[in-house]
Amino acid sequence: MTTADFLADLDRALAQVLPGFERVDSITRLSGGASQETWAFDALIGGKREPLILRRSPGGGPRVTESGNSVALETEAVVIEAARNSGVAAPRVRYILRPVDNVGHGYIMDRLPGETIARKILRDTEFDAIRPKLARQCGAILAKIHKVDTAPLARILPVIDGPTQLRRYRDLYDVYDYPHPVFEFAFKWLEPRMATAKRQTLVHGDFRHGNLLISPHGIEAALDWELTHVGDPLEDIGWICTNSWRFGVADKVVGGFGDLRDLIAGYEEAGGEKIDIDDARTWIVYGSLKWGIMCMSMYQGFRNDGSVERAAIGRRSSETEIDLVNLIIHGKI
Amino acid sequence: MDQPSILELVRAVQAFIENRAMPELKGHTAFHARVAANALGIVARELEFGPKATATEKEQLVALLGHDGSVEELNRELCARIRNEEIGIDSEALRQHLELSTLDKVAIDQPNYSGLKIAKAR
Repeated sequence: MTTADFLADLDRALAQVLPGFERVDSITRLSGGASQETWAFDALIGGKREPLILRRSPGGGPRVTESGNSVALETEAVVIEAARNSGVAAPRVRYILRPVDNVGHGYIMDRLPGETIARKILRDTEFDAIRPKLARQCGAILAKIHKVDTAPLARILPVIDGPTQLRRYRDLYDVYDYPHPVFEFAFKWLEPRMATAKRQTLVHGDFRHGNLLISPHGIEAALDWELTHVGDPLEDIGWICTNSWRFGVADKVVGGFGDLRDLIAGYEEAGGEKIDIDDARTWIVYGSLKWGIMCMSMYQGFRNDGSVERAAIGRRSSETEIDLVNLIIHGKI
Repeated sequence: MDQPSILELVRAVQAFIENRAMPELKGHTAFHARVAANALGIVARELEFGPKATATEKEQLVALLGHDGSVEELNRELCARIRNEEIGIDSEALRQHLELSTLDKVAIDQPNYSGLKIAKAR
């Protein structure tokens, strides 16, 4: 399962696009499910090693994910490049796979130094100095993402605005057909507040602690762009402030490392539009509801594959329920 | 049933995974063993506190809805009434029920969750 049986094809593909390329070395599987894989490897080029990442869908079929909202891997690569060209910290895409390469759908990008494991970033002393600066950096990165010109991407990106988001998760919740009164309560609270689509920008779609590559120097890159779309920019701000992504440090609203006002300061300083705190709060409530329903999805996944991990995540929907109680009934952010 | 009780059995298996099996495991398998041990923690807490939590939840649901039924039936009805606005989301009785029942649920599922600590500090 972890052997790269496509190695000869990958060698052949890279030989055509990287000048001086010799061969792929030390390839290891990092993560992924049945429909999507991430591999780390070194490309030997002119006697030097270049650390790279391959993201691919081996079968060539569409990706199957919990939410079903993923864009194609090729689209993901195009959006990363568009964001990078607008100054967003993201890995450089080196090559988008073609059918003739016989490696599947996907792309190759730079492998940057840094850590993504949230608990390490919140705990390890090497991050002590940078931690208080991360919220502001998140704000600056988000402002740049939200200013990317979406016109050239319009053909490949779905528009999923606030009302559409809420309806999709309502539909998903209805399909699961198991009563969660707190989720009904949250839907009722959110529906009037999310009834109209507001600003429409590029949205990262999964901008949270855990998907940010962080070094002792700061945020090196925003990763995991598979849920990117055009929608309400506050979705990204609400998601990184959702308590599930604070990893136990609830009083640090932004990812467990920072304050919302620092994020907003960084956002506005980088040219982002003014953020209304009440609107941001609405999207934090939405973030908790969304993760709660995603936990219900995990239970559906467990019924298919018997995974103990998915089963356990199913029992985390009650975490989001207490967050929703805290947020809606007690006004706690 | 004879001794040990089902709760003692679950606790014993959990302790075996944590103290004996996990140190021998690596990588993903070690991680999944941790997840499995935590899942048994949920089982143990539900065995211990579930009956009282469910009884309280049912009592509250009966008071809120005005008639008897199984907890799942009553929860389905509560959901429907919230949805069609027979019970408004500003109702104090509803809010109190949601808060109390959720507190019990998280205390069984994830007793160390940060949001639970915030709620209990009130």
